[in-house]
Amino acid sequence: MSDPSTLKHSPLEAAHVACGARMVEFGGWFMPVQYSGIMDEHHAVRSASGMFDISHMGEVTVSGSGALAWLESLLTNRVGKLAVTRGQYTLMLNEKGGVLDDLIIYRSGETEYFLVINAACREIDLEWMRSHLPKDGSVLLTDLGNDYAAIALQGPDSEKILRQLFPECDVPKRNGIASLAKDGKGVPSLVARTGYTGEDGFELFVPVAEGGPLWNMLVSAGVKPCGLGARDTLRLEMGYPLNGSDLSRERTPLEAGLGKFVSLDDPEKGDFSGREALEAQRSAGLPSLLTPLKLTVQGPPLGSHYAVLSEGKTVGETCSGALSPSLGEGVAMAYLPPALSAPGTQLEIEVRGRRYAATVSALPFYKKPAL
Amino acid sequence: MNVPADLRYAKTHEWIRTEGDTITVGITDHAQAELTDIVYAEPPKVGTEVKAGATAAVVESVKAASDIYSPLSGTVTEVNAELAANPALLNTDPFGQGWIYKMKASNAAEVEALLTPEAYITQIS
Repeated sequence: MSDPSTLKHSPLEAAHVACGARMVEFGGWFMPVQYSGIMDEHHAVRSASGMFDISHMGEVTVSGSGALAWLESLLTNRVGKLAVTRGQYTLMLNEKGGVLDDLIIYRSGETEYFLVINAACREIDLEWMRSHLPKDGSVLLTDLGNDYAAIALQGPDSEKILRQLFPECDVPKRNGIASLAKDGKGVPSLVARTGYTGEDGFELFVPVAEGGPLWNMLVSAGVKPCGLGARDTLRLEMGYPLNGSDLSRERTPLEAGLGKFVSLDDPEKGDFSGREALEAQRSAGLPSLLTPLKLTVQGPPLGSHYAVLSEGKTVGETCSGALSPSLGEGVAMAYLPPALSAPGTQLEIEVRGRRYAATVSALPFYKKPAL
Repeated sequence: MNVPADLRYAKTHEWIRTEGDTITVGITDHAQAELTDIVYAEPPKVGTEVKAGATAAVVESVKAASDIYSPLSGTVTEVNAELAANPALLNTDPFGQGWIYKMKASNAAEVEALLTPEAYITQIS
């Protein structure tokens, strides 16, 4: 637990307390972990709708004549692929190819970009970006992290609810960004069609003063408040990585299985931070691969830092784990030698001194049932 | 919160029920509400020697594991086999069908160190 006096507070905190949230420290922030219970919240998002406070995440705009070239040098995915209003998942690496952060970048204007970065990395990311800015003033970086409140509306009913509450909004397609409502005071209100749950959904960005009223409006529309607990089980069922658990400076995106978000073979990409290290790693062979695991026997819910064994020998440890509420099975992710990462490989996971049979699975763990 | 008047309580949120020389152990309504959604229980094995204040069982919710401390020292004589198939009994009936294990106490005086229902209510309110 960090020093309570330095804990950061969401502009929606009063609304969470009114909804009966249980609050915890997460990434330096005081955030809701659950309201009605992780299972209940998880199922609401899979079957109807739920919402998460994501105000702890950072928002940054990058603009200017040099913006595109600079972003290409900083991020792994080719930014030049983006048409105006489109977004993509991408990563920011250090020179060794280690992951500093994973983020979503939207091209919000002709030469303007809107980046959504992780809570725990806000300061580090900004420092890294500022230290790499060109000296000629061709790129303008603006931190709007303290100007925005943000709410993720997720689940199959999300679009219906968004249209009902914002009839004027030109609802974006998947990975697109649009204006949410007429601009009032402060930063512009935005809606992006994305999420971290595997369901259809939106991330809504509004000026801080409008965050609480928006939350309450969504509550009145029947959207279930959900905390970080359900956010974690939902993302893990899809195999989406969590920075700090599944991603770190010691692992590259190739090891994390995120190669499709790294434009190594795109002739238009050019150089970017970490490129040399990734190319070297690719030709030498990956030392490890982030591998999805499933328990094949009844056992305790999985968590992080449980040993993974092959033929009685420890070969890695879990970095994320949970009982999947949708599947009722224990699932986990672990960095393992590539030779042990093929689906169907038989392994064991040790929990409190007892070993449970597990098998390498495929992602996503959870596939939406066909309608 | 339900705090039955005929039980004694540990500060760590376990309860005991005394019937003759058999002691039944479980977790309180307050504890199950704090844990929420219990999805797994690992009771001790029959014959295990447990010590007052030491870990005797583990229960887990979706994301968190929680140690259950034995309120008394002694020998485990029976465990609740129902919990393996239905750990949610710990949530729905913590003082009844959600009991965890039964034991014979080796030091009856340890009961005096446990909280009365009134003292436990004071602790959790």
